[in-house]
Amino acid sequence: MAARYDRAITVFSPDGHLFQVEYAQEAVKKGSTAVGIRGKDIVVLGVEKKSVAKLQEERTVRKICALDEHVCMAFAGLTADARIVINRARVECQSHRLTVEDPVTVEYITRYIFTNRLKYTHNGRRPFGISALIVGFDYDGTPRLYQTDPSGTYHAWKANAIGRSAKTVREFLEKNYTDEAIASDNDAIKLAIKALLEVVQSGGKNIELAVIRRNQPLKSKEIETLVAEIEKEKEEEAEKKKQKKSS
Amino acid sequence: MALLDVCGISDWVKEDTFSSQKASVDRVNHFNFAALEPELAVPIGVDPAEFLKPFTDCEDGVEGVTIKLKHGTTTLAFKFQHGVMVAVDSRASAGSYVDTQLFKKVIEINPYLLGTMSGSAADCVYWERLLAKECRIYKLRNKERISVSAASKLLANMVANYRGMGLSMGTMICGWDKKGPGLYYVDDNGLRLSGNMFSTGSGNSYAYGVMDSGYRYDLTVPEAYDLAQRAIFHATHRDAYSGGTVNMYHMQETGWIKVSQEDVGELYHRFAAEKK
Repeated sequence: MAARYDRAITVFSPDGHLFQVEYAQEAVKKGSTAVGIRGKDIVVLGVEKKSVAKLQEERTVRKICALDEHVCMAFAGLTADARIVINRARVECQSHRLTVEDPVTVEYITRYIFTNRLKYTHNGRRPFGISALIVGFDYDGTPRLYQTDPSGTYHAWKANAIGRSAKTVREFLEKNYTDEAIASDNDAIKLAIKALLEVVQSGGKNIELAVIRRNQPLKSKEIETLVAEIEKEKEEEAEKKKQKKSS
Repeated sequence: MALLDVCGISDWVKEDTFSSQKASVDRVNHFNFAALEPELAVPIGVDPAEFLKPFTDCEDGVEGVTIKLKHGTTTLAFKFQHGVMVAVDSRASAGSYVDTQLFKKVIEINPYLLGTMSGSAADCVYWERLLAKECRIYKLRNKERISVSAASKLLANMVANYRGMGLSMGTMICGWDKKGPGLYYVDDNGLRLSGNMFSTGSGNSYAYGVMDSGYRYDLTVPEAYDLAQRAIFHATHRDAYSGGTVNMYHMQETGWIKVSQEDVGELYHRFAAEKK
């Protein structure tokens, strides 16, 4: 009987669902995949780039945005909703610097975004149809990764994925995220690329990557060489397995 | 938040018919530090600053009809190699009448933050208790103590809303946070200064004289205690509006400690005996 309880956000269903929020989560699942990984001295965000039309300028489609020098976020879902969230978050980061004379912690800005969203779900407006991965470094140098979803909750993660095929990517990460796997900065980046290659069709051309290193601003990463390295590693692994089987 | 107002985004938020009717406790306002919605009620229909202008201590004031608010006290604070020294007197005066000799002019906001008071006792006590409330809320929300610069900024922003309306407050916010020892002077005009040495109140010139002649950054702890005590004592000796006892606090990395509370009469005899 979902039809009767899903028109207004302010109405619970008999079995305790807020259907509008769940439908918003469905909107997120249609968005392109994004993956975030928290390393020791680096945080990595990778997103699947949607293929652009021939005449379209590639650079206008940005899914990874800096909120401040030391915090950035990637989102999955409705781009228009994301623009509002990003604008508010950017103003809040500067407002915090003005009032408190310190840069925001990643947890603070995540909490601000979540509180903002809560105002919408509680006041009878439609919820935001995006999930966000917020990464960055705190003032004391600790790397952080948070994920928010349309219901407005947020959690800290070591590595996570959102959007289409998020489940596959998350399973890959659960198997492959170990302390050795993220031992160096390059390893963390490679792990992110490998995770995305699981679900992205045409390889390195459709992946956009950004990293933040401690005390350095956001940088987008050239991934051609890294993808080539990963392909080589994969071939070597396959060769080894073949040899083991034959011997 | 200050910037939110300038950008006009808060107009979107105000559209909520829900939140405009809620009590301040229920409003989701984690992020405005009492500066956006002033805590103190102001008389309606009158612009308080315009109303007070003819009667306050300024150039366009009417001759002979001015409310002169003097900060009748002496307080001082200085940074040195072992932290921050804070010393205050304890006399509360009402005109030429001494109200009490045992007034607490240092408010202990939390184990790592102190605020001194000079000026109107009522204003200082109210605004610093409000600051203490905001500091406690900050700690609960952000799971870490507020920094000294943030606390002093909050106070300055809160008071700046009432500029020209007759507040009288000169305070020093002292503390120790992640960035080390912190000392800020905040007053009723919203002025906020960071520095190594401040003294406020009617007796501040006497205190500055003694402090400046004996101050070095590398004072030892007993030397610093002695310097702070002498500075306040000499101010109370000459300034009619300061007196009572000298309350001394020492802000260390592990928090503040109350060093001593000595009556100025006894100090007089001690210093007089030293001279002989």
